[in-house]
Amino acid sequence: MSKVIDGLMYQESHEWLKKVSDDEVLIGITEFAAKELGSVVFVDLPEVGDELTAGSDFGAVESVKAASDLTSPVSGEVIEINEDLVGEPELVNEDAFNAWFIKVKISNPEELDVLLSAEQYKKLI
Amino acid sequence: MSYDKLIFELSKEGRRAYSLKKASYPQYDINDLASNLRTIELNLPEVSELDCVRHYTNISKKNFGVENGFYPLGSCTMKYNPKINEDIVKTTNFAKLHPYQPVNTVQGALKVYYELQKSLSEISGLEEFSLNPYAGAHGELIGLMVMKEYHLSRKDFKRNKVIIPDSAHGTNPASTVVCGMEVVEIKSNAKGMVDVESLKSVLSDEIAGMMLTNPNTLGIFESDICEITKLVHDAGGLMYYDGANLNAMLGKVKPGEMGFDIMHINLHKTFSTPHGGGGPGDGPVGVKDFLKKFLPNPQVKKLDDYYYIANEADAIGRISSFFGNFLVELRAYSYILNLGKENLMQVGGFATLNANYVRECLREDYILPIKGYCMHEVVFDGLLDNPNDIKTLDVAKRLLDYGMHAPTIYFPLLFHQAIMIEPTETESLQTIDEFIQVMKQIAKEAKEDPELLRSAPLSTPISRSDEVFAAKHMIFSYRDYLEYISNK
Repeated sequence: MSKVIDGLMYQESHEWLKKVSDDEVLIGITEFAAKELGSVVFVDLPEVGDELTAGSDFGAVESVKAASDLTSPVSGEVIEINEDLVGEPELVNEDAFNAWFIKVKISNPEELDVLLSAEQYKKLI
Repeated sequence: MSYDKLIFELSKEGRRAYSLKKASYPQYDINDLASNLRTIELNLPEVSELDCVRHYTNISKKNFGVENGFYPLGSCTMKYNPKINEDIVKTTNFAKLHPYQPVNTVQGALKVYYELQKSLSEISGLEEFSLNPYAGAHGELIGLMVMKEYHLSRKDFKRNKVIIPDSAHGTNPASTVVCGMEVVEIKSNAKGMVDVESLKSVLSDEIAGMMLTNPNTLGIFESDICEITKLVHDAGGLMYYDGANLNAMLGKVKPGEMGFDIMHINLHKTFSTPHGGGGPGDGPVGVKDFLKKFLPNPQVKKLDDYYYIANEADAIGRISSFFGNFLVELRAYSYILNLGKENLMQVGGFATLNANYVRECLREDYILPIKGYCMHEVVFDGLLDNPNDIKTLDVAKRLLDYGMHAPTIYFPLLFHQAIMIEPTETESLQTIDEFIQVMKQIAKEAKEDPELLRSAPLSTPISRSDEVFAAKHMIFSYRDYLEYISNK
C-alpha cells in the first residue's frame, strides 16, 4: 500500500497539491504514481512565468516503463520550478511527497474545492 | 556466455586483414583538398580477417529473430516472411534499375508498382494508393496532409483539429502535430472502445477528421464503427484508418466499407516485408476516389498496356525522392501474388483464431482484463494467482530462458501489468502449444520459486540490463564510451 499524506489535496491523475500560503501551492506526483511508473529517468518542467489552466498539461515525467503527462489541478502562474529534479529525477522515487515539481501562484482559489482529500484519494488507489 | 568485446577492443596497431593496391591518383593534388581533410585521424579497428569474421559471426549467433524461435510481440505482427520474397528480389533484375532510366526500359517495375497499388485497393476498399511514403509513420503524415489539403481546397479553413482515442498508437498524435493540426483526445469506454457519447461532445465545424485503428490497440474490434464514421462524416470530417492492425481484417472487412476515407498500410506488418533496424520500410497511403487528386507525386499511371509517370497539379507535392522503397514494395507484391486471393482471405481468420486459442488456454493462469473474444492479439494483466507479487517484467524475462522472445509488456497503458501477445497466422499449433506450456510453467514458478523469476534471464548473453543507467547516459558509440570512462 502506498503512502498518502493527510492534509494534502489530490486529483485523480495522481498529482498532489500542498498549500504553502494563501495563494501559493506546490504540485508533485503521489507515491502511488511514482511506484506505478517505476524508475523515473527524466522530468520535463515548464518555465517560470508560464500561465497554467486547470486540467492542462504542465510537463511530463518519463520512466523506464512509460512517459506520462503532468496535469495541473489549478490555474495560475508558475513562480518556481524544482531544478533538482532535472538533474536527479530519481528523487521522485525516493520521496515523492518531498519531490515537488512546480510552485504556482493560483488565480482561482475555487478550483481547490473540487480536489480530493487524502481519504478520498486513498479509496482510488 | 560472456559479453563479447567490441571490435575496437580487439584492435592491435599495425594488424592488417587485406593489403590494398597502392593507389595513385595523379590528377589530384592533396593540397587541393585541404579544406576537406580530417583534422584527427580516423579511429578504425585494426584486426586480421579471421578476427573480424569471428567477431561478427559470434555476434550474429546472439541475435534472436522470428527465424530462431517464437516471437509473439503484440502490436507488431511479427509474422514469418517467406523466403520467396527474397528470391524474387535477388534473382530478378529489379535491384539493378535506376529511377532515371527511360520509362520504356522500366515497364516491368512500373507494372509491379501499379499492380501492388491496385491489389491494396482491392484489399482495403479504397480506390487509389500511393506507395511513395518510406514507412508507416511517413504514410500517416502524408494521409493527414491529404486530409488537410482536402479541407483547404474547399476553402474550409477552420478545420484544424483531429480526434484521436486515448488508446491510439503514439504516432497518431505525433503525426497530427507534425502536420500542423491540433489533437483532440477522447476517452475509451469500459469495454476499451471509442465512447460514442464523448465523440459526439467534441464534434464541431473545426474537426478535420478522426484517426482510428480497428481492431484497436487493445485488440478489440470497434463494433460501433459504422455509427462512428457516420457521426464524423455528418460533422464534415474525414475518417483516417491506421493500418497497423490490418492483419486481423484480411479477408473479413475492408476499411473503405467501414466508412474510412484515408488509410496507411505498414507493409512490414501485414505484407511480410522486413521489420525493424530502422528500415527500409514502406507505408502506402490509400484514399477514396474524391481524394485521389491530392495523392503525392510522382504517380504511376497506365494507358492501354503502357505505364507512365505523371505529376499532377493538385497533388500535395513530392514527399519522397522517387517511388518509395521499391524493393520492399516488390516483396509485398510477391507475398500477395504467392498467397493469392483465396489464401490471403484466410489470414485474418487464422490470426484471430490463434490469439483466441492462447487467450482461452491461459485464462486460468493470467488475468484477462477484457471480457469477450479478442482479435489478432490478446492482452493479459499479469499473473492471476500471484502471492509473491511477480511482475510482468519478470514473466517476460523468464520467457527468454525458454528460447522465446518476450511479448510486448506494459502496453497498452490502460492496464498496469499488461502483456500483449500476438501469435500471428504463421505459427503452427505445436509452437503455440509449446508457448502455452511455457507460460503455465512460468506461472507455477512464480508461486514456487519467485527468486528464479526475479533473477531471470539466466541463459542469455547478458542478464538484466540497467535500464535507468541506459536511459540517463547516452552512450551510442565507442567514442561516447571512451569519453564516459575517462570522466568516471
